[in-house]
Amino acid sequence: MRQVPTVKTLKINGRDLSGRQEETILDVARQNGIFIPRLCEMDGLTDVGACRLCLVEIKGQNKLLPACVTMVEEGMEVTTDSERLQSYRRMILELLFTERNHVCSVCVSNGHCEMQNLAQRLGITHVHFPYRYPKEDVDASHERFVIDHNRCILCTRCVRVCDEIEGAHTWDVMGRGIEAKVITDLNEPWGSSETCTTCGKCVHVCPTGALFEKGRSVAEMMKRRQFLPYLTLMRKENE
Amino acid sequence: MKQESTIVIDPVTRIEGHSKITLHLNEDGRVEDARFHVTQFRGFEKLCEGRPFYEMPSLMARICGICPVSHLIASAKACDSLLAVRIPPTADKLRRIFGLAQVTQSHALSLFHLSSPDLLLGMDADPAKSNIFGVAEANKELALDGIRLRQFGQKIIERLGGKRIHPAWVVPGGVSEPLSEANRDAILQSLPEALAIAERTLEWFKGTMEQFREEISTFGNFPTMFMGIVKKDNGLTFYGGKLRIVDASGHVVADDLDPTQYDDYIGEKVEPWSYLKSAYYKPKGFPDGVYRVGPLARLNVADRCGTPRADQELAEFHELQRTAVLSSFHYHHARLIEILYCIERLEQLLNDSEILSKHVRAVARPNALEGVGACEAPRGTLFHHYKIDEQGLIRWVNLIIATGHNNLAMNRSVLQVAKHFVHGRRLTPGMLNRVEAVIRCYDPCLSCSTHAWGQMPLRIQLVSPEGEVVDEVARA
Repeated sequence: MRQVPTVKTLKINGRDLSGRQEETILDVARQNGIFIPRLCEMDGLTDVGACRLCLVEIKGQNKLLPACVTMVEEGMEVTTDSERLQSYRRMILELLFTERNHVCSVCVSNGHCEMQNLAQRLGITHVHFPYRYPKEDVDASHERFVIDHNRCILCTRCVRVCDEIEGAHTWDVMGRGIEAKVITDLNEPWGSSETCTTCGKCVHVCPTGALFEKGRSVAEMMKRRQFLPYLTLMRKENE
Repeated sequence: MKQESTIVIDPVTRIEGHSKITLHLNEDGRVEDARFHVTQFRGFEKLCEGRPFYEMPSLMARICGICPVSHLIASAKACDSLLAVRIPPTADKLRRIFGLAQVTQSHALSLFHLSSPDLLLGMDADPAKSNIFGVAEANKELALDGIRLRQFGQKIIERLGGKRIHPAWVVPGGVSEPLSEANRDAILQSLPEALAIAERTLEWFKGTMEQFREEISTFGNFPTMFMGIVKKDNGLTFYGGKLRIVDASGHVVADDLDPTQYDDYIGEKVEPWSYLKSAYYKPKGFPDGVYRVGPLARLNVADRCGTPRADQELAEFHELQRTAVLSSFHYHHARLIEILYCIERLEQLLNDSEILSKHVRAVARPNALEGVGACEAPRGTLFHHYKIDEQGLIRWVNLIIATGHNNLAMNRSVLQVAKHFVHGRRLTPGMLNRVEAVIRCYDPCLSCSTHAWGQMPLRIQLVSPEGEVVDEVARA
């Protein structure tokens, strides 16, 4: 017998909305055209709540909660765009810009970058923190792709797509805190990875210009992500 | 009491970038030595190490906001040789169009915005009026012509590359987008107005030359060699060909030099008092290997322009002097002839039957680990030289920019002008403006912005060896 979905009713920004109990606040907001910024979440991949950009306020709770991993509950009252949230989001983005070396004007993803678009949408004109200017490597050893750690924001989309969709688990994260970085295999050059299938999914889910196709010049890297929900759906149907 | 002293002009105004001039006076108050110091440091050769070479054209374009296109072209040509490809003919022509538009707008900037105050209002004009606004007051049409001509060039760049400054359109292997028919037609429509401006400005300029006899005879009027790229038929070009060097008498010193072998014949010397290196022709050594590049040099090395109106003007230009045309004052004249050439040449290229072809990019992996690209930037010959590793990451870069070639000649020009015009212990704005004006002839591009148009404060102090300020002139 087909299971009847349990529906929860809630308020987002004062609007009365409903969602299924297995849905997150972000899912319901998205279905109803309410914008909540995010960089690590991606439809078709498991959610990790890493970027903290989707934090929302929930009435009765002191803590801000990430909308991508918080399930809807009956009677929930959510605010997604208070002045406090907006200033936190700008701060998070500014910190991301200072953490490594993001130079939009000469980046392969200029004009097509999720982080750049978000910064523009949130009205960031200046970064108020000192830049760290770390010395980061570029690994161009792969035949077709390049990873530029200068532009990586550690969203781990590449790690998840490689593991969950491609099943190769070439990517992972090494180190802790500010030392953390994404690696291929056991921190070997990407070009000598034995697990990489050269499928390119990681490149296309990457929100910035950290992963790109070799031979792309400035502003030329367009990412195509339509494949992901489609692949996930086909797999579910086959199960 | 007679004593030695130094005059410092800091900053030099109405040029592109940051510099100062020092004049050393002897005990009789006469100028003994002069130096043109470039006081800014950029570091591009170092900061692009480790980057994928595909990014280089756009990265290098950031060197300059006035002539990003020249850097795009020289860099893309260096990258073409890393790919070891022959780019599609249409891409080659589109890059040429891009370059010609850039030369036009850059020359317009130099002549109208930076130098026309000297030419129209005179070298002794009130410094407060010596700017494009002063020109607009005195001769509205001239100022408008300058603005329109610069806009003409910038619009072409925008139509091809998507934006006027730092377009990312030129890429290794060609260009990223073909030219649309609508854009081709729009550019063609804008040519007649630009041509009319070029013609009437040239006429006006030739009419003013009589007033500047003294300047013509002292503004860098000395024998040097001249270097420029010429086409196979020894005609004028901005895009590519072989290098040619002529001496002061106009005789060819070296011909058919391969620009990629520049290191064999061009040396660079570092002076402790300037961030700008001085280039010299190696076979003659330093400093005898002094040569000039840019508009004056190009017209001295080229046998012809290859377009009807520019060729007529070139013939008249060569009448100025039986030898090579030596006075740097004539850079202005040469610049105007080149603008004429650019507009005529644009028309030829835009009417080319292949110009709308969609095949504008050659795709390849890096096939060579070292590449050199050379072209003629508005201010002279530009070299980009890259070495990459097996992964295609930049390991080493050397750039020789036009202003570097002209450094020795600019220093000597400053000395010549200062010796002639600066006397005694009283300074007049006219004296010092001439020292700056000779630098403007070369249109040096010392940085990447156009912020200096004459409003920057100029302060000149005459300082005794004990540090006492003997005289001071300030421009606010």
